[in-house]
Amino acid sequence: MSDIAERVKKIIVDKLGVDESEVTSEASFTNDLGADSLDTVELIMEFEKEFDISIPDEQAENIQTVGHAIEYLESQVSA
Amino acid sequence: MSKRVVITGMGALTPIGNNLAAYLEGLKNGANGAGPITRFDATGFRTTFACEVKNFNPEDFLEKKESRRIDPFSQFALVVADEAIADSGLDLNSIDKSRVGVIWGSGIGGFTTFQEEIEEAGRAVGVPKYSPFLIPKLISNIAPGHISIKYGFSGVNLATVSACASANHALIIAADNIRLGRVDVVVTGGSEAAVTRAGIGGFSSMKALSTRNDDVLTASRPFDKDRDGFVLGEGGGALILESYEYAKARGARIYAELIGSGMNADAYHITAPEPTGKGVIKCMEYALQEAGMNTGDIDYINVHGTSTPLGDVAEPRAIQAVFGDDAYKLNISSTKSMMGHLLGAAGAVEAIASILAINHGFIPPTINHFTDDPEIDGKLNFTFNEAQARDVKTVMSNGFGFGGHNTSLIFGRV
Repeated sequence: MSDIAERVKKIIVDKLGVDESEVTSEASFTNDLGADSLDTVELIMEFEKEFDISIPDEQAENIQTVGHAIEYLESQVSA
Repeated sequence: MSKRVVITGMGALTPIGNNLAAYLEGLKNGANGAGPITRFDATGFRTTFACEVKNFNPEDFLEKKESRRIDPFSQFALVVADEAIADSGLDLNSIDKSRVGVIWGSGIGGFTTFQEEIEEAGRAVGVPKYSPFLIPKLISNIAPGHISIKYGFSGVNLATVSACASANHALIIAADNIRLGRVDVVVTGGSEAAVTRAGIGGFSSMKALSTRNDDVLTASRPFDKDRDGFVLGEGGGALILESYEYAKARGARIYAELIGSGMNADAYHITAPEPTGKGVIKCMEYALQEAGMNTGDIDYINVHGTSTPLGDVAEPRAIQAVFGDDAYKLNISSTKSMMGHLLGAAGAVEAIASILAINHGFIPPTINHFTDDPEIDGKLNFTFNEAQARDVKTVMSNGFGFGGHNTSLIFGRV
């Protein structure tokens, strides 16, 4: 697992109060991990803080699973 | 319009006891809730102490994710509401939850959240981003919102906000809704968590807080000649109010009845008490009228008595104006001497103290009395330093808030 993936998962575990084993690549924030609309906004903000980037709203809307988040952040952070 | 309203459940989280039983012991023993501030580093503040709730861990009561989304004032609300609901014996599986309301007082709301989020935003470069939880953690009405969501109580639901009179207003509005038949039961009370930098700093700037930093245990000394301001407290209190018929029909244990109430405004100044006390006098008279009682019927007054230089002179004078010679037969006490001033929660924990006085035959003391104040009639019985035994049938509980809000409640034995 990449360093970015680990940091993303840590944020998700912390903010959503879920078990690490639930945070699979396919897991949807809202459908599988119990996030509501406020949680998803907060998650995006935490990713921005952690990786010191700005995620535009239109991109944020596409980040709906753990895998999406890791994929997007890997593309942005290593770029 | 004439339904009787009774109290059937109570819950408390206070600087002198973290549940109802511990609170009762604290009140009987003249406990002292003051100590150095631990919520933040108060070094350099004019006041460095408060009456904090001790050994409170929200995760003992709430899931981690839940507690993170809920400001401490709402955490306090959920904890005391839960104790009161269990204490009332309400059967959550069989009652009609659309006939249960929640009416809750908080003077300030989510002060911790407000301060942390605004400070973080202030450090941002460029346009700050605010947490999506800023607003739903901050707003005062989120506490009754949380209680309704947790239990499914879908009757009337709102917050009352009138500074230090907030919880008294909650109880009055709760009783009114039961009297009008809108609901059968209301979970009511108040909570406050204002021991924050901005809370201490703001009240300090008003010169409202005691600065007795070298002797914090004796700082809250209502009616003492050398009092120098109030001591900030925190916590919450919850009461289950219901119609007498409803309580009887379900075989509930009845603690007391809310017999009468008064509320009005000084219409004078944002923070200073009106010098003649006419608003407070009228307020107590309204409560007596509504209760259909005479001054001789009251055994005990749990006063607002915050330990401020002006307020502690004005309130006894107003009591004497209303009660005349009957004032000398009363027990009077300020439980704020023990637990500080819980602001929007004060009315709730003081209502509980008043009802416990009726149920357990004692008057909680005004601790920390050292020197009589020549400005205050020494023949009044302020229940100084130690609790007194008394057969208590009827209690008045006063609460006054910045903004000039006056409230007075009368509780009686059923």
